[in-house]
Amino acid sequence: MIKLTNIRKAYNQGRDNEFWALNGIDLEIQAQRVTALCGPSGSGKSTLLTIIGCLARPTSGRVHLAERDISSLPERFLTEIRRSTFGFVFQQFNLIKGLSARDNVMLPAYPLGGDWRALHERAETLLDSLKLGHRLHARVEWLSGGEQQRVAIARAMINDPQVVIADEPTANLDTALSREFMAILESLKEQGKTVLLTSHDPLVVESAVVDTVVNLRDGHLVGAD
Amino acid sequence: MLSRKSQRAFVFLVCILAAFLLTFADSASRQAEHATLLAANGRLVEQLGLTDLCLFTEARYTRHPSQADLHSAFQDHPLGLEHFPSGSLLPPPRNLTASYENLDRKTTSAD
Amino acid sequence: MKTWIEKQQALIDFTLASLARRKLKNLGLLLVYTLIVFLLASVMLFTHALRHEAAQVLKNSPEVIVQRMVAGRHDLIPPGYLNRLGRIRGVQKKEGRLWGYYYDAVVKANYTFMVPTAGASAAGKVANGKIVIGAAVARERGLLPGNLISFRSYSGRLFSFAVAEVLPHSAELVSADLILLSEADYRAFFEIPAGHYTDIALSVANPQEVRNIAAKLAETLPDSRPILREEVLRTYESIFNWREGIVLVLLSGSIFAFAIFAWEKASGLSAEEKREIGILKAIGWETGDVLKMKFWEGALVSLTAFLLGYIAAYLHVFRFSSGLFEPVLKGWAVLYPRFELVPVVDGFQVATLFFFTVFPYTVATIVPIWRAAITDPDAVMRG
Repeated sequence: MIKLTNIRKAYNQGRDNEFWALNGIDLEIQAQRVTALCGPSGSGKSTLLTIIGCLARPTSGRVHLAERDISSLPERFLTEIRRSTFGFVFQQFNLIKGLSARDNVMLPAYPLGGDWRALHERAETLLDSLKLGHRLHARVEWLSGGEQQRVAIARAMINDPQVVIADEPTANLDTALSREFMAILESLKEQGKTVLLTSHDPLVVESAVVDTVVNLRDGHLVGAD
Repeated sequence: MLSRKSQRAFVFLVCILAAFLLTFADSASRQAEHATLLAANGRLVEQLGLTDLCLFTEARYTRHPSQADLHSAFQDHPLGLEHFPSGSLLPPPRNLTASYENLDRKTTSAD
Repeated sequence: MKTWIEKQQALIDFTLASLARRKLKNLGLLLVYTLIVFLLASVMLFTHALRHEAAQVLKNSPEVIVQRMVAGRHDLIPPGYLNRLGRIRGVQKKEGRLWGYYYDAVVKANYTFMVPTAGASAAGKVANGKIVIGAAVARERGLLPGNLISFRSYSGRLFSFAVAEVLPHSAELVSADLILLSEADYRAFFEIPAGHYTDIALSVANPQEVRNIAAKLAETLPDSRPILREEVLRTYESIFNWREGIVLVLLSGSIFAFAIFAWEKASGLSAEEKREIGILKAIGWETGDVLKMKFWEGALVSLTAFLLGYIAAYLHVFRFSSGLFEPVLKGWAVLYPRFELVPVVDGFQVATLFFFTVFPYTVATIVPIWRAAITDPDAVMRG
């Protein structure tokens, strides 16, 4: 469903500190499967994630989403795709401080101008399903790490995306919470979502939930399972 | 009913906008009321041949600006004498400001 | 259309929630902003209404006043001048006026002593020994009709007068410092011989001819100075203008301080704010959405400040008699006339004030966001 052809990405191109994060990646992400990108720090997995999720553009190469080339689309189309197709769960959660859990969850849907009440209900349902029904109005900075991550997941789901992208989802969680996260991952898979995540946590990589593991090193793919 | 912040903000803005527009209505209605008084004052001015508002009764040149002498300069203050504008640019000669005579004419030093 | 409205409403919800996160700072900003608008609007409303009042009233003053000059100084009109004037064509009515200043050491104020002309309603009330006084004089000296008051003339003699009437309070703006007395009393008090006058007031049949008549006057009476009503009105206009200018210059200090504060607040994007914009873009907000959200923030704050500031200024000037400004704009007058200004609002001035208060702040809020809004969210979030 997502096809990457010869993706290369450079930072500070043309300058003394030019750095190539990705050096020719060819990859296919299967629909309705859980794919894990693994590799040491600096291998380029987070960069690859941002390119797949339309958060950044590749320096060269092509990205196809369901047969459609999206690598050189104008910004507003890219945003449209980002909004409707992808849901992001960031490593640092990236929630907006000072807003409540529910307001954070609803944020991606604000510019769509849909029915307010329906949006409210959907946000509450999502938070309920993630066992945060009692923390709807709490400010996100008052929540624990695990709770914040669940708010981030709910936010990623508010527009009912096909693809959920998670960057190092268990990096800031203890074992118990990591296991809870894997359970959520399983339910997403059951709902028919495509999940793409990066991790170097064995609990994630070796889990039965993960269908495919892709290894990266120094911006190159190193074999695939 | 006003559960959303935007709704509350809207209502608030509508209220103060209404008050804002009310000031114009108030202005129009009070002008109409005042017309009679204004006419009466106009007659008084005409009968007495007045040329000025009495707002600055101490500043000579503005109580009757039409009546000031051709070459009088400015009097900025009831206790200040008239002076020419150059006084703002040039200080008085130093040897003249060495000692002052008190305004009430009671000097402490012998002349 | 409905979707568009829903969308703006959602953006406004987020904006307000965002502002509420730093409640104290933003309320402080709103307060200062409102105060600035209040001060500017107060000055604008006060001076415009006063100017309007002056123009309305003074349009009834004599078209031409003739003064006599001796060595560049104002001197009395000698006998015979009136007759010489009568021969100028276009002069409808002429009368010699008697008026002068008197300094009252008791209240340290100047009064204007005046002899009302024959046609004035007050003329009948000022028999010898009687005076009609302005409301401020009555107030300062505690006088009522029937009371007696004495003045020492410049020759040293004491003159006593009975107050026949006090001029109405509603006429204070033009008559607060007046003392009207009979011609005989005036001449005796100031020792002005018969036939001499302070100046001559002329009415002109055709207002278009005023300048021509003034020119003829200058020819007929070379030592005279004709003063036209329009010159008086123009002088008042310019005086109000420069005093208003001084007040605005004084205010400019606070305006600058506010401008710096608002600019710093609106245009300095902190790392936190940059990060937030990156997050919004990452979760699906377009550049346009971010800009619209910021526009609403700037517009709501400045619109609220403008409306509240203007309303407060209107009440301050027209309901509370501009308590804050009287000392500056009314000058040094010891005898303050007490008057209520009639609300006269210049729509153009209000629109200008609106433009200069709402527009710059709104722009200052959007412009710095631009760069962050158009950058790739990934780059923004990395910082």
